[in-house]
Amino acid sequence: MSSVRTVEVSAIVDAVARLCGEADIYLPEDVRQAFTRAQASEPSPVGREVLERLLENADIAAEEKMPICQDCGLAIIFIDIGQDVHITGGDLSEAINEGVRRGYQEHHLRKSSCHPFTRLNTGDNTPAIINYSIVPGDKVHLWVVPKGGGSENMSRVFLLTPAVGLAGVKNAVMETVTNAGPNPCPPIILGVAVGGTFDQAAVRAKRTLLRELDSVNPDPEADQLEKEILEEVNKLGIGPAGLGGGTTCLKVFVDIKPCHIASLPVAVNVQCHAARHKEAVL
Amino acid sequence: MSELIRLNPPLCDADVTQLTAGDKVLVSGTIYTGRDAAHKRIVDTLAQGGEPPFPLEGAMIFYVGPSPAPPGRVIGAAGPTTSYRMDAYAPTLMEKGLKAMIGKGKRNDEVKEAMAKYKAVYLAAIGGAGALMARCIKEAEVIAYPELGPEAVRRLVVQDMPLFVVNDVHGGDLYQQGRQAYARR
Repeated sequence: MSSVRTVEVSAIVDAVARLCGEADIYLPEDVRQAFTRAQASEPSPVGREVLERLLENADIAAEEKMPICQDCGLAIIFIDIGQDVHITGGDLSEAINEGVRRGYQEHHLRKSSCHPFTRLNTGDNTPAIINYSIVPGDKVHLWVVPKGGGSENMSRVFLLTPAVGLAGVKNAVMETVTNAGPNPCPPIILGVAVGGTFDQAAVRAKRTLLRELDSVNPDPEADQLEKEILEEVNKLGIGPAGLGGGTTCLKVFVDIKPCHIASLPVAVNVQCHAARHKEAVL
Repeated sequence: MSELIRLNPPLCDADVTQLTAGDKVLVSGTIYTGRDAAHKRIVDTLAQGGEPPFPLEGAMIFYVGPSPAPPGRVIGAAGPTTSYRMDAYAPTLMEKGLKAMIGKGKRNDEVKEAMAKYKAVYLAAIGGAGALMARCIKEAEVIAYPELGPEAVRRLVVQDMPLFVVNDVHGGDLYQQGRQAYARR
């Protein structure tokens, strides 16, 4: 029988605050490598120039401890809590929000959260968007994913008719990317969830964005679909910054789950080229 | 794709009509920031017969909501925001003399028609290159709507800000042309 491990909320506050800063300031290494690979294959001179500028931008951000992008995003949090963990010392959701509040202030990040009608800024980038999961073990695994508005606005959920099948799913993704064009800051990353329900598909699509760009999907069916969609998307010609080219998308992540016999849900979460995410295990 | 063209706002018709989609430009001088909420306020003010927060004649507006300036800096990251959200307001501002818009992403047909009619251009900055763009900004001052925070209107003095001409006054569209040149399906 396993014993219960205690994690103080103060440790969660500190971790969230630190990860907000790291995620917004430092371009992930896998993204940097993907830019470098894309430079070698990109046929458009302007496309190559854009990729070069993005690498330069990452260097400047790290050097000056300035965010990569002025849109420091809504603070999306994924937190996997081991079932043998006891969280003590306060309200966990409030601790996460306090971490966001502190992180966005301390690291000079833009606060982008506002009331939907008055558009009045909440002033501290809260509330965070928190996704809780209970998992086996005695650890707390935390991810901070700052998500910009430009790419999020281009994301879509489709509730397809089962008759359209795999081809219909691919069409939905292609339609999403084609309509988005230059808007979501290509080269993009696509999180695609097939199956589940209206709500669950959207969260799963976002969760795929936690994966490394050079990771291989353990589900062979999803792995195949990732490769096929990537190839098709990169034939669109949208290119880096949408100025034309062969690098429209750096990576497609696919998650396939069962769904209702009447349904074929597909969620496409579009992520910008910065693909910001940082994680910690407590 | 021609060589670099230098632009120093305020702009006149000749500055704008020389530009072709695909040209690279370097902007130096005074420009103004404005995005969603500021556009709504400016257009509402004009509709009520009021004065805009900066002279629109020949002006260049940058769709940006910068991140806060770290200590010792003029401004934080300052890359473009997606422009289509300003489409509803842009023709009114062009009618009042606005000559150039800086952003990223597609514009609608009404905006493109207004660009041809009023002789104005749409320039793209590289989306997501906020730290790089900040280096071109030498001065920044909030001149209106401070309560909007990142959305406040700022006067910026920029030097050699690198931009691409997306939509010119002749109907050229770099997003369409660039995509067509590299599409394989």
